[in-house]
Amino acid sequence: MSGNGKDFEPRIVGFLCNWCTYSAADTAGVSRMKQPPNVDVIRVMCTGRVDPTFVLKAFVEGADGVIVSGCHPPGDCHYNNGNFKTFRRMPLVEALLAQYGVDEGRFHWGWISGAEAPKWAKLVHDFTEQVRELGPLDWKQQLESKEE
Amino acid sequence: MATLTIDGVQVTAEEGQTILDVALENGIEIPTLCSHPLLEPYGACRLCVVEIIRRGWPRIETACTYPAWDGIEVNTKAPQVMEARKVILEMMLSRTPNVPIIQDLAREYGITEPPFPAEAPDEKCILCGLCVRTCHELVKADVLNYSAQGIERRVGPPFLEKTRQCIGCGACSIMCPTGAIEIVLEQEAVYQEKPLGPTSAVWVPSLQAIPRVPVIDKDSCIHFRQQDRSEGKIDDACMACQMLCEVDAINFEQEDEIIELDVGAIIVATGFEMWDATKLSQYSYGQSPNILTGLEFERLSNSAGITGGEIVTAEGKEPERVAIIHCVGSRDHNAHEYCSRFCCMYSLKQAHLVRDKTDASVYEFYMDMRAFGSGYEEFYERVQKEEGITMVRGRGASVEVLSNGKLRVKGDDADLGELVHVDVDMVLLSTAVEAPHDSSEVASMFGLSRKPDGFFAEAHPKLRPVETNTDGVFLAGSIQGPKDVPDTVGHAGAAASMALALLDKGEVVISPQVAIVDEKLCSACKTCISLCPYTAIAFVDEDNVARINEALCKGCGTCVAACPAGAITAQHFTTEQIMAQIEGLFRVPAEVEEGVKA
Ligand SMILES: Cc1cc2nc3c(=O)[nH]c(=O)nc-3n(C[C@H](O)[C@H](O)[C@H](O)COP(=O)(O)OP(=O)(O)OC[C@H]3O[C@@H](n4cnc5c(N)ncnc54)[C@H](O)[C@@H]3O)c2cc1C
Ligand code: SF4
Ligand code: SF4
Ligand code: FES
Repeated sequence: MSGNGKDFEPRIVGFLCNWCTYSAADTAGVSRMKQPPNVDVIRVMCTGRVDPTFVLKAFVEGADGVIVSGCHPPGDCHYNNGNFKTFRRMPLVEALLAQYGVDEGRFHWGWISGAEAPKWAKLVHDFTEQVRELGPLDWKQQLESKEE
Repeated sequence: MATLTIDGVQVTAEEGQTILDVALENGIEIPTLCSHPLLEPYGACRLCVVEIIRRGWPRIETACTYPAWDGIEVNTKAPQVMEARKVILEMMLSRTPNVPIIQDLAREYGITEPPFPAEAPDEKCILCGLCVRTCHELVKADVLNYSAQGIERRVGPPFLEKTRQCIGCGACSIMCPTGAIEIVLEQEAVYQEKPLGPTSAVWVPSLQAIPRVPVIDKDSCIHFRQQDRSEGKIDDACMACQMLCEVDAINFEQEDEIIELDVGAIIVATGFEMWDATKLSQYSYGQSPNILTGLEFERLSNSAGITGGEIVTAEGKEPERVAIIHCVGSRDHNAHEYCSRFCCMYSLKQAHLVRDKTDASVYEFYMDMRAFGSGYEEFYERVQKEEGITMVRGRGASVEVLSNGKLRVKGDDADLGELVHVDVDMVLLSTAVEAPHDSSEVASMFGLSRKPDGFFAEAHPKLRPVETNTDGVFLAGSIQGPKDVPDTVGHAGAAASMALALLDKGEVVISPQVAIVDEKLCSACKTCISLCPYTAIAFVDEDNVARINEALCKGCGTCVAACPAGAITAQHFTTEQIMAQIEGLFRVPAEVEEGVKA
């Protein structure tokens, strides 16, 4: 899988809340919007459910990039304010990743409503290209080689 | 109660009634010019004179001021009465020889020519004082009064000059029996500023209004305008409607109020709004009063509207040619990309209305015709064939206001393959509709999502067309996308039955995706308690643990992610399940790996 430059196909994990970004991604798919196949989506009921360890786990398992996306603050979250918790947690995740030396361009968190399917498709496209530019993260291999 | 006879008929009267009141109540006609049920009697025109015989003594009196006393005898047509009225009318006709109502009355009493030459043949005022009393008693503006004496006597504002005291309500002019008062407004009248709005100060917005009751337009109502102008000091102006309403239904004190209800289901049916047609300047909307949107035309052709349903231009003339332009702001990359769906059919209906009510020729510019409903295609055929509407296939490109006021409509005729134009008197723009401007507030109030076109999203486009992602909240009508009346009614019926089914069950089914606390692991830190948006987590002191009420929990998982002891599990979204999903993404099954290697 891994490689450099144009051959490299990044693996990206997206944690999307059921009500907003997941439904945007669904609409993007149903409407046959063009988007690269590099993002694998994991559905959670709310971004408030996204435990920082999920993000780390994805990187550990081999992701080159991670997206966390939910409903627009203030009022769009299906659970009133789960997104506020995300709003407070994600900067901590960013800080943590920086300490691990993960380029900030590999982690994206934000808001896409159910009505914003084109925005999702664009994010998938832009983020994939951004991570492709950064090349493989290879955390997993590095970790494994250290363990040896 | 009093008993008296009028023209030999025995009648009864209430305390405080005049002879005129009683006569009118009993269908006995007495001519009058200066009396009005809302105003104090004044006896100025003296036309209502009758003969009254009291205690054997006959005398001539004005019926509008004479109390209906017990035992009196009244003759409204005695020869001396008729003679007296004739003299009065002779004087009046000599003063105002050219006023039709006076001419008619005079003729009834056998007068054909004024006996005396008129001093000012254009005079219309008979000095009855209805206007003065209206302005004083009803409007409470006290602008009008009498001035001078004898033949110099006049009515008017102080020094007969323009005064800011006048509120321009026009009540005096409406009351004046001879049409002597003309209102010259320096600003446009309130009604004209609201072309689709009220047609008078008390109005029923449409004949189909539910409930079909009149409302008061505070901007034109004399009562409220006087209250506003005087900062509350004049709080009893006019109220004519209240005095006349027999069932006492008018309440000036009524205020907007906020009513709080606890309900089990909500149907959101906020519909659509008209797109602002000034956004595409090529259609010149707003530059001529004869360029109307579809909705404005609906009002114009409505029998409850400003013209009573007559289709006329702003100049008050019947149009000779009318153009209708479809898809203005719809199916357009510079405005809305979607089709507004019902405008094709209402445009055809409007073409039909123009043909039905006027002799105008109709030119309809359309890209293609979306006659989707039952009987719609047949209607389309009919208006073309039987009503002779000229259909131009191609987008209406622009409307230009010519110097003579005519409107030049240009378009591309795809059938002829050339540009065409037509000069018309009225243009109807079938403007797009869009989600109401406050839709994002409404959406977040109910936790609803919207589609890329701005309308509200149903839970599933095919299988759950009226439900939303919020339990107990349903959509009905055009809020979900443009719908005509039959579709709206069908959709709304479905929403109502979904809501009723929910209420009827008496219980709600909740999702099993709830969180549970593993009490063995709970460290009693209480982190989760304040995080839950539904206050579903309570701290149980006796057991020293947090416990989740499953009926309240919505399963968002916020507490799960926050619990430092890892004591909370979101059922169906457990940490193990999510971790396994992440792992699964990167574990290539052995046989696939084999296959790749082979
Ligand atoms: C010019 C024109 C002509 C038409 N002619 C026809 C025709 O001949 N035949 C036909 O079948 N259809 C016709 N239609 C379509 C018809 O108007 C719609 O089908 C119908 O109005 C849809 O009803 P609705 O209840 O969904 O929305 P609406 O009629 O838009 O009603 C929504 C209501 O919600 C209110 N509202 C909005 N926001 C809020 C809020 N936040 N709080 C409280 N209340 C709110 C609005 O004031 C409005 O009263 C025509 C439409 C237009 C524009
Ligand atoms: S219904 Fe007809 S006029 Fe309206 S946008 Fe669609 S195609 Fe155009
Ligand atoms: S999952 Fe969400 S709703 Fe349920 S108890 Fe936890 S915070 Fe409250
Ligand atoms: S439900 Fe989407 S962020 Fe909470």
